Amino acid sequence: MPRIIYIEHSGTQHEIEADVGSTVMHTALDNLVPGIDADCGGECSCATCHVMVKEEWLAKTGSPSETEESMLDLNPERQSNSRLSCQIEVTDELDGLVVQLPEFQF
Amino acid sequence: MAEVELPQMIDLDPATVPLADIDVSQRELWKQNKKWDFFTRLRDEAPIHYCKNSEFGSYWSVTRYADIMEMEQNWKVFSSEPTIVIVDPEEDFELPMFIAMDPPNHGEQRKAVQGVVAPMNLKELEGTIRQRVQNILDSLPLGETFNWVDLVSIELTTQMLATLFDFPFEDRHLLTRWSDVATGGPETGIVESEEQRQQELYECLAYFTRLWEEREGNTSGTDLISMLVRGEATKDMSPQEFLGNLVLLIVGGNDTTRNSISGGVLALNENPGEYAKLRNNPSVIPNMVSEIIRWVTPLAHMRRTALCDTEFQGQQIKQGDKLIMWYVSGNRDERAIERPNEFIIDRKRARQHLSFGFGLHRCMGNRLAEMQLRILWEEIQQRFHMIEIVGDVVRVPSNFVHGFTDMPVKLHGI
Repeated sequence: MPRIIYIEHSGTQHEIEADVGSTVMHTALDNLVPGIDADCGGECSCATCHVMVKEEWLAKTGSPSETEESMLDLNPERQSNSRLSCQIEVTDELDGLVVQLPEFQF
Repeated sequence: MAEVELPQMIDLDPATVPLADIDVSQRELWKQNKKWDFFTRLRDEAPIHYCKNSEFGSYWSVTRYADIMEMEQNWKVFSSEPTIVIVDPEEDFELPMFIAMDPPNHGEQRKAVQGVVAPMNLKELEGTIRQRVQNILDSLPLGETFNWVDLVSIELTTQMLATLFDFPFEDRHLLTRWSDVATGGPETGIVESEEQRQQELYECLAYFTRLWEEREGNTSGTDLISMLVRGEATKDMSPQEFLGNLVLLIVGGNDTTRNSISGGVLALNENPGEYAKLRNNPSVIPNMVSEIIRWVTPLAHMRRTALCDTEFQGQQIKQGDKLIMWYVSGNRDERAIERPNEFIIDRKRARQHLSFGFGLHRCMGNRLAEMQLRILWEEIQQRFHMIEIVGDVVRVPSNFVHGFTDMPVKLHGI
């Protein structure tokens, strides 16, 4: 199973074994990683599952869709490596993926 | 147009009235809080329902959670222009505001002001809010009957708004008045005529224009007016557009939280077991706040207008049709929410509700609203064993602002 490493704003790390086919958002919620709200439940419609993808993984996670881009764009604290974690599907390729959580969800 | 005699829903049985006759927009249903069974019927039997005749003309009702979510996502077909409420805009008095704009204008204008209520900024505000909440709660009479809406819900949200606008504190009651005037036409009793309404809103514009001029040279203000003055997309707004966005910020930050503050008290009174849970475990407050916001659904609907002919869930929608997404119904949809008619302060996934909307127009002030309610309940629990409702609750006769004008209560100390 691919491992995903979540780093909280405080620096606390969570290394989670994820199911292929799940999402980075659902994996966090299922494993009680704090800092992700996911108010819309994975519909790319609330932007409360915001994460920052560690630079070296950006190529593998791909780039945001038009819809995701428009939601990210509303967040004043958005970074260049910001993604909505409900839009990143877990694959074997992402084994070792590191994502940082923002201090606040918008 | 000929006057059509409309059947009065309040006199009809929601279980047997012909589906085609149902009109959930009628004020009396909202005033008397009798709309729920009509919505249940629509969700079950006609989730995308056409009402041919109403005070507001013909309109579609969208009543299920998942359908509302889908409609909110599809802004290319379901437009927020020209307005997001069921009542059509006055022809000679349009109020352009970004909630009623589609991309790209919406995003440009919204981005100019949303930093004020971004979580980073709110952290700075928390101390001020707590202080103001404490002052308000400490000034309340113990053991005497008073109107919770006036002394707490309105006072607190108005003070908050004055803080965000850096509005002269002694004039803050004007903000409450303008908020009421903006959402209430003559039929609500708030103003006597449409002319009076427009005149008062122009007074609002004149007042804020003075504040705007005062702040034009100031490059460091972090209040909402200063941000509009500096924002690329907002600095050259027309007066009407300035007024529109003021109304949006005033109503958005006022009526909504006001009614969540009142509605939470009502929900806890109606559910003594939940009130006991709260006393035994105040750490449930953040979760309870989400449940209150779902339970109350302070804005009952948002409207979209079809930009082209389209099919939606099997119904043929025509270009120009008015579609009402009833958040109040989606938040009671048993298909999406377990035991939706129960108020459960430690509900799982309580954040998954429709009250803030979803998609591009998702509420900008959601974190501020949650913070105000959280702080309020934290401070209430430090002081009072119970806020007891001791008389009749009076509701706003509106299918948009879903709330209360009177809530007589008595406080019991710890």
